[in-house]
Amino acid sequence: MLRALCLWVPDWPVLAAVRDGAARAGAPLAIVAANRVVACSASARAQGVVRGQRRREAQGLCPALVVLPHDDDRDHRLFSPLVDAIEGLVAGVQVVRPGLVMIGARGPARYYGGERAAALALRAALADEGVADARAGIADGAFTAELAARDARADDPVRLVPAGAAAAFLAPHPVSTLDDPELTTLLGRLGIRTLGEFAQLPAEAVRDRFGERGAHRHALASAIDARSLVPRIPPLDLERVLELEPPLDRVDQVAFAVRRLADEVVETLASHRLVATAVRIGFVDELGGESERAWLHPRSFRPSEIVDRVRWQLSGATRTLGAGGRGGSSGGGAGLGGAATSGSGAPAGPDLRAAIARVRIVPESLDALAHHEPGLWGSGPDERVHHALSRVQSLLGHEAVLTAQRSGGRTLAERRVLVPWGDRAVITRPVDRPWPGALPQPAPATVYASRHPVSVVDARGETVRIDERLRLSAPPAGFAPSAGGAVRPIASWAGPWPLEERWWDPARARRAHRLQVVDAAGVAWLLVLEGASWWAEAKYD
Amino acid sequence: MFDHGEVPALALASPAPTLSAVQALQARIDEMQRTTLDSKLKPTHEALADLLPDGGLKEGAAYSVSPSSALVMALLAGPSAAGSWCGVVGMPEFGVEAAEAMGLDLDRLVLVPHPGDQWLTVTASIADALGVVVVKPGRAAGDAAVARLAGRLRDRGSTLLVVGAWPQTEAMISLTDSRWSGLGAGSGCLTSREVTVTVTSRRSPRPVSGRLLLPDPEQGIRRLDAPRAALGARGRSAADRAREVWREVG
Repeated sequence: MLRALCLWVPDWPVLAAVRDGAARAGAPLAIVAANRVVACSASARAQGVVRGQRRREAQGLCPALVVLPHDDDRDHRLFSPLVDAIEGLVAGVQVVRPGLVMIGARGPARYYGGERAAALALRAALADEGVADARAGIADGAFTAELAARDARADDPVRLVPAGAAAAFLAPHPVSTLDDPELTTLLGRLGIRTLGEFAQLPAEAVRDRFGERGAHRHALASAIDARSLVPRIPPLDLERVLELEPPLDRVDQVAFAVRRLADEVVETLASHRLVATAVRIGFVDELGGESERAWLHPRSFRPSEIVDRVRWQLSGATRTLGAGGRGGSSGGGAGLGGAATSGSGAPAGPDLRAAIARVRIVPESLDALAHHEPGLWGSGPDERVHHALSRVQSLLGHEAVLTAQRSGGRTLAERRVLVPWGDRAVITRPVDRPWPGALPQPAPATVYASRHPVSVVDARGETVRIDERLRLSAPPAGFAPSAGGAVRPIASWAGPWPLEERWWDPARARRAHRLQVVDAAGVAWLLVLEGASWWAEAKYD
Repeated sequence: MFDHGEVPALALASPAPTLSAVQALQARIDEMQRTTLDSKLKPTHEALADLLPDGGLKEGAAYSVSPSSALVMALLAGPSAAGSWCGVVGMPEFGVEAAEAMGLDLDRLVLVPHPGDQWLTVTASIADALGVVVVKPGRAAGDAAVARLAGRLRDRGSTLLVVGAWPQTEAMISLTDSRWSGLGAGSGCLTSREVTVTVTSRRSPRPVSGRLLLPDPEQGIRRLDAPRAALGARGRSAADRAREVWREVG
């Protein structure tokens, strides 16, 4: 029988929430999933909160209770450094769930000179990571070891069940420890309350009555645990860090220094027959400022392409363009021009203020190399398209080459999403919603990237206004660019159509009126009155 | 001495050729000269195809288009729907929604809104891979650069649509007489537009024009007058013949 060592961190979901900063340590805290308490802190337990309670009931028992939704992702994310710490000491760690790991006990016991010594060493490793209370159980089989760990107390954190004594250890435990409510109720009605009584039933009879699942539970109760440990395969360490000493303050210097690092990343991946389709690049400057972002690739990264991303991320122009108004980036041309000659000056950007001291490259999403091998006859025309567009991107910057997607919205700028080539579009406004207030089709062929102020005048030459009852002060007779220019007479017009958005949010509220007009030359325009000023939003040319 | 007297006499003796005869002869010369690859056409929207010389957008050729986004979209609609990648360089105001309504596939549409001074380099590299490239030139380009780009287009079989003037174009496509319908004095909304599309090419001295709905009430493109059957047939047959030849060879 396999000796198993179980390490258990009590109330891990609670501890994870505290470590994540979602709650204060020591406060009465309950983690709730599907309206039931799945974990609670010691102070909450002292007031009567228990696992499986309804949320309202728990709140009734403990009015100061902080209730947090269960977050499996957080539990796993915060537990993984602890697993790494354990793996630093022993091999073959199986993560049963966050907060509970199972280890084959034989190897550590021989290395540390005893099972108890091994358990104490692992506990000390967890204590170094800031987990004060971890309990260990060592027994024959994983099931018994887990029960032993749960049996351990805070002042006596290691519970050792000697070899061959598992059945005797299990016998007094209630049937409910099998975690099978159906079986527990049924056995309770049969008068069987403990694992020992359950184990005394003949195995064939249990199999006949309860089927395969019942037979398995019976084997567990009889301490015949046939499960073997499935150790996790430690994840590959693909992260590469470059310390720059002395720190570099020019983009081209950093890009040059990073070249070998990029080669190394791609070669490491290739040796594991992997390619990266997304990488995360991080910089730390001398003063501790950080900049980090993820870059996607429609195919897979080659070293030179990673170096390009490093360059783009450092030359602030691309970042400000990405963060700022994508719709109204009239200054984009100038900014990108600066990015193209990115060799000059210190790296700009909101988060980096000094020379770069550290570069980190982490492959974020991986794919098998086999999916990205070029075919014998090349991979069709799309490969060529990608290369041509990448060339333009390395010339002008990442945000210079765009692909377009439709999106929902009321204004024309909202109705499309422009994404740099290679990035994934995130559509926050679905197209298939009704969007009342949007313009009727056909859509204008020319949508101005920036506002073109105009003045709309009536027959007497006075500016046209719209009152709160949506009445025009006079029919529009002509319009002209505000900067000065000939008045274009209006041949026909329609509107005004009101556009009122998010009136409940003063910061983002928007109120405008739109007018379709056709000038004497037969060109149709879309004019917008917002506040007191008119501007041309689009042209139907 | 004698020659001087003789030649004008001969010239006077032959009857003055009429314009139609010249055109017929020119067309005949064209027919006979055009046995090379350049009769390969991009799939073009049928409302526009017969207006263009040879009955469609030619691969490796450059066209000059008058500044109208809708006209550009109408020209792109055919190739894009047939699977070509399209690139639009230097037009930040290109209306994506209208483009999709007109039949462009947005998955194969690439925009370079602000190429700055590098527009020619960008156009050349994009034309290497994309089937149809639209460019609104920034600064004027030198003759040598234009010739290099033309060579690259011929080599790759891409079509270039230039918004504005361009030396050595296959044809100039312009849009005039735009008339919107649907709008009254304070009522209605824009529904459709009637335009005249005129194509001037080196080959036919007389401009060819047709009346179109661009867009029609369903946001598509529709021809109003009857397509020019005779010329259309000739253009198509030339293309068909070329295709048949290729099928036999291949």
